[in-house]
Amino acid sequence: MYYLWVFLIGGFICMLGQVLIIYTNITSARILVTFELIGVLLQAFGLFDAISEFARAGINVPIVGFGASLAKGAMSAVKSKGLLGAFTGGLEATAGGLAAAIFFAFLFSLIFKSRTKN
Amino acid sequence: MDKYMETKKRNQAYNRYVQAKIPKTKAWPSLFNSFLVGGIICCIGQGINDLILLAFPNMSEQSAWAFTLIALIFIASFLTGIGVYDKIGKFAGGGSIVPITGFSNSITSPAVEFKHEGIIYGICVKMFTISGPVIVCGVVASFIVGIVYLFI
Repeated sequence: MYYLWVFLIGGFICMLGQVLIIYTNITSARILVTFELIGVLLQAFGLFDAISEFARAGINVPIVGFGASLAKGAMSAVKSKGLLGAFTGGLEATAGGLAAAIFFAFLFSLIFKSRTKN
Repeated sequence: MDKYMETKKRNQAYNRYVQAKIPKTKAWPSLFNSFLVGGIICCIGQGINDLILLAFPNMSEQSAWAFTLIALIFIASFLTGIGVYDKIGKFAGGGSIVPITGFSNSITSPAVEFKHEGIIYGICVKMFTISGPVIVCGVVASFIVGIVYLFI
């Protein structure tokens, strides 16, 4: 059952985020950036694919996977297009997720009203 | 000099006040909650991915992951809109921030909140107040990786 691995590894990564919150009081934007850059580094040093092989969604669903696909896109685009690839590759690989996030945010913000937070 | 001391004293008093007001998170239960919720979100992602590959066996692994993330982003955005994701976030802490659903939440949440300031200056401008750094740092980092990869 690889779902167990997905659960354990995904949960562990999220728990690391919670550890950062407790001991450094950093904001959610910094947490997202930190984990994204970890993903970029993992991919840049070629470790991500090996982890992704058995962790699957456990590492692809956390924002680490988003960072990794940024770096992966840049690397493969550099291979095929040269210098231009360094500019286009990262966003090209993550365009789906970004466009979805922006579109759905726009759509739902038109539909729903904000709630007062207690 | 007197004025300087006064400012310093006031700042210290203010910092004490802030420290007293910050909600204390109990360490161990919140670690467990974030582990649980984060793990469940990843399992949902894996489930969606398996379903997509089951329905479209010819799809490449990369496109299947892209669709999985889009589905998760849709779900999180919707839950943020109806106000459920904030409740999950209160319970789970890091478990709701670190997955891609947290990224989606951080875009939708300010967009919904600042809707009353208008479409352009409310929704479009405020949409990236939290997630802007993620996009900027990601693009910069991917560019650096690309350039380094070009020369090695």
